[in-house]
Amino acid sequence: MSTGKEPPSIHDMEPGMDFDPAMAAKFMNKRGHGSYIGLRYHAHGSNWFELALPWRAELAGMADSGILASGPIISLMDNATSMAVWTLVGSFIPHATLDLRVDYMRAAVPGRTVIGHGECYKLTRTVAFVRGIAHDGDIDDPVAHVTGMFMATHGAYK
Amino acid sequence: MIGYELPPYALGLGIELDHDEDGLPVLHMDFSERVLGRPGFLHGGALSGLLEMAGIAALRTELARRGEDVVLKPVNVQVEFMRGGTAQRTFAAGQITRAGRRIALINVTAWQDDRAKPIALAQMKILLSPAG
Repeated sequence: MSTGKEPPSIHDMEPGMDFDPAMAAKFMNKRGHGSYIGLRYHAHGSNWFELALPWRAELAGMADSGILASGPIISLMDNATSMAVWTLVGSFIPHATLDLRVDYMRAAVPGRTVIGHGECYKLTRTVAFVRGIAHDGDIDDPVAHVTGMFMATHGAYK
Repeated sequence: MIGYELPPYALGLGIELDHDEDGLPVLHMDFSERVLGRPGFLHGGALSGLLEMAGIAALRTELARRGEDVVLKPVNVQVEFMRGGTAQRTFAAGQITRAGRRIALINVTAWQDDRAKPIALAQMKILLSPAG
């Protein structure tokens, strides 16, 4: 529901402000890197969030094959897991990515949209543990598995 | 010399060859809306993209020097984010820790105005398979 008070980007939210995934889905990725690579909302649950990365020739890691570079996959999973943390916390707590590990199972098929499924599986006061899967249609045939952690930079997660 | 053209993804983010250093390439990426994360800071994914491009550039340069024609398949990457990247040029350079016949292990560092204060580190494993 648009209230006319939506912040222009996620980062314009006040720390501690209620985080409503459905509302955030509307104004997220309207600017910056997420906007450039074309991230879009896909779905969410209580502790998970999915973003879609439509294929584009400009994101290819090899011009001839059209295979996506791994950079956009990392960006997709960084954002999806970050949103998963705020979805679980229920409020916007500014945080920073401490680390991300990405294991590539196979190349995404050129032309296909990649879905990034991010999940927050453990929350402490200052650290959020996340994991996720990137796939291009079948989550049982993943493109990549991801694990990582975030640290709350202003305030605590709980 | 870098010995090959950077891919569309790198060019789109503004990643360019900066200079050679002991025979290995140093890349840079200017700050722009396209690499912006939270206001005033680099997006971690864009920074990871620069790190990976620098790692692959280092490996390709080394393989070209050896005269080996192989296809590179990234297996994994682990990125440690140590400092927020601010609104300025970012540099990255890869060091080849091990490049055997089947697999290469590369460490990559990214920094901004002070090389002694890296903003991120990446460790990459890349599978090597014969071309053709």
